[in-house]
Amino acid sequence: MASLNSPLRVCRSILRELRALKGPEYKQTMAYNYVLEQFRKNQVTGERYCRAQQEALHSSLTYLCLLSSTRQHMALHNLYHGKGERSTEEAAGLVGLRLPTQPGGKGWEK
Amino acid sequence: MLRSLVALHCRIGQTVLSHQRHHVQPHQNLIHHLHNARCYGMATTERRKFYEDVSISQGEGGMYEINLDRRKLKTPGGKLFTVPNEALAIAVATEWDAQKDTLKFYTMHMSTLCNTALDNPTQRDKEQMIASALKYLETDTICYRVDEPPALVELQNNEWDPVLEWIEKRYNVVIGSSSNILGPEIPEETKETFRQHLNSYNFWALTGLEYVITQLKSVILSFGMVDRYLTVEQAVLLSRLEEEYQIQRWGNVEWAHDYDMYELRARTAAGALFVQLASESSTVKRKILQD
Repeated sequence: MASLNSPLRVCRSILRELRALKGPEYKQTMAYNYVLEQFRKNQVTGERYCRAQQEALHSSLTYLCLLSSTRQHMALHNLYHGKGERSTEEAAGLVGLRLPTQPGGKGWEK
Repeated sequence: MLRSLVALHCRIGQTVLSHQRHHVQPHQNLIHHLHNARCYGMATTERRKFYEDVSISQGEGGMYEINLDRRKLKTPGGKLFTVPNEALAIAVATEWDAQKDTLKFYTMHMSTLCNTALDNPTQRDKEQMIASALKYLETDTICYRVDEPPALVELQNNEWDPVLEWIEKRYNVVIGSSSNILGPEIPEETKETFRQHLNSYNFWALTGLEYVITQLKSVILSFGMVDRYLTVEQAVLLSRLEEEYQIQRWGNVEWAHDYDMYELRARTAAGALFVQLASESSTVKRKILQD
């Protein structure tokens, strides 16, 4: 994905991102239909250098950047950033113990 | 006999009531308001995903709304969540759709931007936003140069000077670069030109643009991106030029450098897309083919 100069590559990459987000039924989402429709609409143009086409290409690159960078950010977050502390039940379960239960609750609990 | 009649009445009454619930608007809105207020109230605890489908619908005035299952989405301030065009609505709906099991609000950048534009929690008007955006011009990243090490100086000149030339030509302004601690001297006409240009954006686009300027810490790079001279990746790279230089020199730390870079890219891309979608209007002109 080094040089994304052609609209075809950008379109394919966006659809790949959408598939990574949703799963097998990504073809029914609104985003899929909208993206395909926009690419088809801007394909045919009379001028040699069509400004609207270049603008649409830039917008599609921006959206691709948004999708891929959120996905990679989430992946790094899940990989490196803490899952938080374990609850007391889990911590006790590490060594095979269980928390004591007191019928009626402890004195300060409601 | 009487008891069974009463039971029958109760059952009919219940079905009539449940049928009516769909038509009684004010009660529904109140329940939704309370529900959504509780949704965002606990920002630190995790919200489970409470819906299955996300869809968009067009309300009155041509504004688009988001529906989660059968309920309409609301902003944290309690207002109905409306966006002016369909592309923005689809982007927001895709974000909500992408959540799995728990809702992670820090990944939903477009929704956050829409909420800020709709609620305006800090109660600012256009002039205040333009003034705070222009304040970044005095300490703009591109204009603030270093004197040493020489490799970094050369890198800054090679990468940042073309952007400076481009913006000076495009907006017909004078912005210098300087390496002293006070930063460059920006003449008043430059600021006036930029102020008028910023004034031409509507409130939503201005919200997005100010967000991008705050993220990139540079007015010039934000303009370059919004005017489609730079891509998001290029703008983020130029904004983090010194960090990239140090990474090349000393090595990359994935859990800090990459994490920051992807987060900055995501936020900047969201802001840029928001500005472009909020200020666009598209028409389709069909030309008849002449054979």
